[in-house]
Amino acid sequence: MTPRLRAALAATATAALLSACATTGTTTPANKPAKSETPAKPPRAGLDPSARPDAFPSTYAPLPSRTTAIRGATVLTATGQEIPNGVVVMSGGKILVVGGADTAIPADAEVVDGSGKWITPGIIDSHSHLGVYPSPSVPAKSDGNEATDPNTAYVWAEHSLWPQDPGFNRARAGGVTTLQILPGSANLFGGRSVAVRNVPSVTMQGMKFPGAPYGVKMACGENPKRVYGGKGRTPSTAMGNVAGYRRAWIDAADYARKWDDYRAKSEKGEKADAPKRDLTLDTLAGVLRGEILVQNHCYRADEMAVMIDVAKEFGYRITMFHHASEAYKAGALLAKEDICFATWADWQGFKMESLDGIEANAAIAYKAGACTVIHSDDETMTQRLNQEAALAMAAGNRIGFGITRAEAISWITANPAKAMGIADQTGSLVPGKRADVVIWSGDPFSTYSLAERVFLDGAVVYDRKDPRYQPKSDFELGTPGAGAFHQ
Amino acid sequence: MKRALFAFAALIAASPAAAETVAIVNARIEIGNGTPTLPSGTVVLKDGRIAAVGAGVSAPAGARVIDAKGGVVTPGLVFPSTNLSASEIGGVRSTRDDNSGSLSAGFDISYSFNPASAMIPLARQTGVTTAVVTPTLGGGGGGHAHDGWEGDGRDDFAGGDTHGLPNLFAGQAATITLADGRDQLLKSKVAVVLDLGEDGARAAGGSRGADLVLIRAALEDARLYARNRAAFARGETRELGLSRIDLEALVPVVEGRTPLLLRVHRASDIRQALRLAREEKLKIILEGAEEGWLVADELAAAGVPVILDSQASLPSQFEALGSRLDNAARLQRAGVQIAIMGSRDFNNLRQARLNAGLAVAYGLPREAAIASVTSVPAKIWGLTSTGSLETGKEADVVLWNGDPLETTSWPVAVFIDGVEQPQSTRAFELRDRYARPNASGYPPAYSH
Repeated sequence: MTPRLRAALAATATAALLSACATTGTTTPANKPAKSETPAKPPRAGLDPSARPDAFPSTYAPLPSRTTAIRGATVLTATGQEIPNGVVVMSGGKILVVGGADTAIPADAEVVDGSGKWITPGIIDSHSHLGVYPSPSVPAKSDGNEATDPNTAYVWAEHSLWPQDPGFNRARAGGVTTLQILPGSANLFGGRSVAVRNVPSVTMQGMKFPGAPYGVKMACGENPKRVYGGKGRTPSTAMGNVAGYRRAWIDAADYARKWDDYRAKSEKGEKADAPKRDLTLDTLAGVLRGEILVQNHCYRADEMAVMIDVAKEFGYRITMFHHASEAYKAGALLAKEDICFATWADWQGFKMESLDGIEANAAIAYKAGACTVIHSDDETMTQRLNQEAALAMAAGNRIGFGITRAEAISWITANPAKAMGIADQTGSLVPGKRADVVIWSGDPFSTYSLAERVFLDGAVVYDRKDPRYQPKSDFELGTPGAGAFHQ
Repeated sequence: MKRALFAFAALIAASPAAAETVAIVNARIEIGNGTPTLPSGTVVLKDGRIAAVGAGVSAPAGARVIDAKGGVVTPGLVFPSTNLSASEIGGVRSTRDDNSGSLSAGFDISYSFNPASAMIPLARQTGVTTAVVTPTLGGGGGGHAHDGWEGDGRDDFAGGDTHGLPNLFAGQAATITLADGRDQLLKSKVAVVLDLGEDGARAAGGSRGADLVLIRAALEDARLYARNRAAFARGETRELGLSRIDLEALVPVVEGRTPLLLRVHRASDIRQALRLAREEKLKIILEGAEEGWLVADELAAAGVPVILDSQASLPSQFEALGSRLDNAARLQRAGVQIAIMGSRDFNNLRQARLNAGLAVAYGLPREAAIASVTSVPAKIWGLTSTGSLETGKEADVVLWNGDPLETTSWPVAVFIDGVEQPQSTRAFELRDRYARPNASGYPPAYSH
C-alpha cells in the first residue's frame, strides 16, 4: 500500500466514525426535535463565535500606585510638544495633568525631582515575539510560527505566550510598557496577535491588555512562498500568495454571510441552523466586520500596493504594514490610504525583499505624511527602541528634514498605539489616559540615556536604583547573574 | 604601505588616489588609544600618515584645511569580526561565501572577497576603515535573528540555507581595508576560527566532550604532520583526522605564530578555552564571552583578549544565562583587552560604535569605549599601523559631526591612508531618488 493510499483510507475511516456519532446523536428519540416551526435552539456555548468573543478574558489589574508628580524634567508628550522644566502628575493610575513649571501639584502627591531628566510616554513595541519566541531560544519553546498551513488564521499568539520570558523584564528596563505580540511570518495568515501590558505575571491573562482589539498577522512576500514552496505546496510564488489571500477572503465573506443569515432568521423567529463555527474564518470575518486589525508583514512598495487593492476588493482595511523597508517609495500612498507602517532604522539587505532598505526610510515616508512607527521584531532591539527611533530621525535630519524629538517620539508611542487600536488609552501624555510613563536619565535619543523609572498605570514597575522594583522571571532565579542586568 | 604586503595584490589593485596633505582643525580629538580626549586641536595627514596631532599644531603650508567646527575626529573604526565582503545578502545563498561545506581549518575566506560589494561603501560610510573577516560554522555566528532570515532554526526558515554538516573548524580569517578602488586584502590566514560551546558540540557530533577531544586530536595531528610532511606525502604516517589542507592551516596555530579565534559563551567553556591554550601553548582570542565577567580575573591573568557584543543582555541560550549589559565594563576593569562589535553582519556594522556608547552607559570609561572600536581591535589583530591618532600611523581618520558613539551623529569625512573616501552608496542613491516629491510628472526612475 502506498503512503498516499494509506492516508486516504485512514481519512475515510475517520469520516465514517464521525458520521456514525452524528447518526447516533440525532436518532435518539428523546432528542428528536418536535416537527414544528419553532426556531432551532441557539448553538451551545463555544459554537457561536459571538457568544463569547472574549473567551480568554484579561485578568490584568493595575499594581498599587500613589499620586505622583514629576517636576523639573523635559517632557515629550507625544502630541508634538516638548516642555522644558515640565510637570507630569499621575493619580488613580491615570495622567492627571501635564504642563509647565507652574502646574499645580496635588498636596498628597509624592514629588519626584526630574531635574536633568526626560519624561516620555511608555514605549510601545508594535511588533514583538516576546513570550512566543522566548529566551532561551530552544526548540521546546519555539512557539511563534504554526508553519503547517498557509492559512492559520485560527491560531492565537496568546496561546503560545510564556509569561516567564526574561525578555519582558529587559524590555521593561528599556521603557517598554505595552507590546503587540504577533505570531510569525511563515504563513499568508499567521494568526491573531495579542496586546499585553508589560507586567510580570504568572498567566498570559494577567498581562493581556483589557479591551484591546485583536490583530491578524498577514505576511507578504518571500516567507510564505519559501516555506510552502519548499514543501511542494502552494504558495510557491508571489502570485500564489495573492491567490491565497483572495481565496481566504472569499471563504470569509461567505462564512460571515451565513452567520448573518442565521442571525437574521433567528431574530425573526424563523427556523434556522447555526453554521458550523470555523476558527480560521472567525478571525477573517472579524476583519471584514472591522473588529480585528490587519497587521501586514510586507517589505516592498509594489507588494504593499497589491495588498491595498486586495483589501479594497474585499472591503477591509489594512491597519499597518510591518517591516515596510520600502515605505519611502510609497509614502504618499500610505498617507492617502491612512495606513501606518512600522520599520527598523537600518536593518536592510538581509534578503532580497529588504535589499532596498535605507536608513532614511522612516523619515522620508514620515515627511510624505504617513503614520510612522519604529518596531523591533527582536528581543534585543526592543530594549532600545528609543535609540532606534533616534537613528531613523537622524537619517532624515542628515538630508535636512529637521525632524524634532517631539515628533519622533510618537514613532514609538502614539503611532504604535494608533496602529494597535489603543490610542484612546495609552501612547501619549494626555490627561485621562493610562499613566504609562518613563523617566529617562537624559535625552532618550542618546545612547548614554537609560530608563530610570517606569510607571504602568501610575504604578512603579521598574526602578533602576531600587532592587525592589527590578523583577526577575521565575526562569532567572538561580541562574548565573540571577538576571542582574541592572547596574 | 598595506598593499606592499602582497606583491600580486598590488599588481591587480587600481592605483589609489594620491594622498594629499590635509589639516583638520578646530576638532575635538579622540586619540583612540585610551588617552584622554583633546577638547580642541588639529590633526595633520601627510603622505598617507598622521603627521601631527595636538592642541598647538598648526596647518602646514599648502595643506587642505578642513574646519571641523567642533566636530569630532577619531581613528577609523576597526571591526573585529564580520562577514563583510564575503557575504552580500544573508538570505541569498549564492551571495554568501563566509562558510564552508567541505573544508575545515583550511577554508580560506580571503578568496571570497568581492571588492565591488555594495556593502563596502555602506560600511565605510559608517566610519569603518579596517575589518577582520571571519568565517562561521554553518552560516550562524551571532547575527541578529529577525524575521527568520538568519536560518536560526525558526520554522519560517524551513527550506533555508543550511548546506551540509558544519565542520570542527570554521576556517581561516583575513584582514581587509575598506579603501575605495584598491585590493582589499591586507593579510590572509590571520587566524583559524573555531566555535566552542553548543555550536562546537554540534559540529563534533553532539557534545563538548567530543568537541574538545577532537580539537586536541587535530592539534596533535597538525604537529605530527608539521614534523613529517614528507612521510605524510608518502603515506607513511598513521592516519590523520583532517585533510592535508586543514592540517596545513593548523601548523602556524600549533606553532604559536597564528592565533585561534574561539567563539565561546559559557564561563565553564571559557575556562576550557584558557586551559586548551595553556596546555597546547596556543595564542587565542575569544569572541562572544557573554559570561566573561564571571571569569574576568582569569582572562586578565591569561592576557587573553575578548571580542564582545555589549548588547547581549538575555539568557538567549543555555550557555549564555549570565549575559549582562555591564560585561564590557567589568572585563575592562579587571584588565582584559576588549573589542566591541555589533552584529557580525555587514548591514549592522554601525552598531559597534553605538554598542560602545551603550557600554559607557553601563560603566565603561569613555576613552576605553573609543579604544574598544579602534586601537584595541587593531592591536588584537596585529594591525599595528592603524587604530589610533598617533604620529606615524596610517592616516585612517574619521571626522564626525558629533560624538561618534551617539545615535544622532554621522561621519562627515572618512580618510583611509590619507585618501578621502567617496561617500556615495547605493543606499544613498536610492534615498536621494525618493527623498523629495517629484514634480516632473515622470516616474522616479528618471530622476537620476
